[in-house]
Amino acid sequence: MDLEAEFERAVSGEQRVEPRDWMPDGYRKTLIRQIAQHAHSEIIGMQPEGNWISRAPSLRRKAILLAKVQDEAGHGLYLYAATETLGADRGELTENLINGRQKYSSIFNYPTLSYADVGTIGWLVDGAAICNQVPLCRTSYGPYARAMIRICKEESFHQRQGYELLMTMMRGTDAQRAMVQESVDRFWWPSLMMFGPPDSESSNTEQSMKWRIKRNTNDELRQKFVDMTVPQAEKLGVTLPDPALKWNPERGHYDFGQPDWDEFWQVVGGNGPANAQRIAHRRKAHEDGEWVRAAAAAHAARRARREEGVA
Amino acid sequence: MSSSWPLWEVFVRGKRGLNHVHVGSLHAPDAEMALRNARDVYTRRNEGVSIWVVPAAAITASSPDEKDPFFAPSGDKVYRHPTFYSIPEDVPHL
Repeated sequence: MDLEAEFERAVSGEQRVEPRDWMPDGYRKTLIRQIAQHAHSEIIGMQPEGNWISRAPSLRRKAILLAKVQDEAGHGLYLYAATETLGADRGELTENLINGRQKYSSIFNYPTLSYADVGTIGWLVDGAAICNQVPLCRTSYGPYARAMIRICKEESFHQRQGYELLMTMMRGTDAQRAMVQESVDRFWWPSLMMFGPPDSESSNTEQSMKWRIKRNTNDELRQKFVDMTVPQAEKLGVTLPDPALKWNPERGHYDFGQPDWDEFWQVVGGNGPANAQRIAHRRKAHEDGEWVRAAAAAHAARRARREEGVA
Repeated sequence: MSSSWPLWEVFVRGKRGLNHVHVGSLHAPDAEMALRNARDVYTRRNEGVSIWVVPAAAITASSPDEKDPFFAPSGDKVYRHPTFYSIPEDVPHL
């Protein structure tokens, strides 16, 4: 049997693909693109929240936020490690990110204007990420699926700490409640955009579903997220800023409005509120870290020489 | 560049009494840094009591291409399994 037919048979039979198996070039390229984009999102995703670490309102919140941002770094590393099993080069991926050749989730191009945003990001942004990521625990490429299992376990803490933060603020003063509502108003639509364009405009979905890389379409996941989130918003006591949001008993789902897709494409295209700042910051961190990488390599080389001398 | 640092495979023992299990990989300039990085990346929530790091280049693996002939010798030896032997049901403790 030819290799391609054998591969198609294996993935459609829910068999996992492992690094040294034969795979079509398109499958390998799609995975590298998707996993790298995901890894970049975790790494860039450290910035909007990292911004607030030094201004956390209490030691408790500061410890939580530090742990969360450290997790994002860890998630980025699990995913970069997964791309390397496909033959990608770590240094090249970092170059691709800071040169704008590879993308990351557009949500991180929105600024964080208040501490309530830390809570909203945990609740809505990480909530949307979980919706996207849970099905990826069963994606066909083994190392990606295993990385996603670890990530999903940790994301659950992220979402709960965010919701708890918002609950605490909603029990506070009118000014704090207004701060939560204002934050939710800004993040609701960008959160819905996290699932990507409507299925009718998503160019990669069909092939990715066939290869079992993707398990659900963008619109399916968006609906799932809305259905999960509306009761949480009611409990919290905030209003989701969508006049079209309404339970539809016939469908058994909430109806909801469409995000501003022109804005989405603008942000994806590099014209969001914080695109330039995010990349400049990442580039600076990478360049400023060069002497550390060089020193560590020099230290390792010197010690290896010394040990050779002793032996 | 981190890409010039060698790649290490990381194995973690979840708790005493269990095997070390492969959890992923990372780059580090030497074994000591690889261990420290592995602790920070792979055991942030008490996932382990012991870590091994192994240079990825030092691992020899069987090839997936030869998997059929390579593992064939065990395929036809059903007599290695206890279920191969039929024993009357009234024989106790067997």
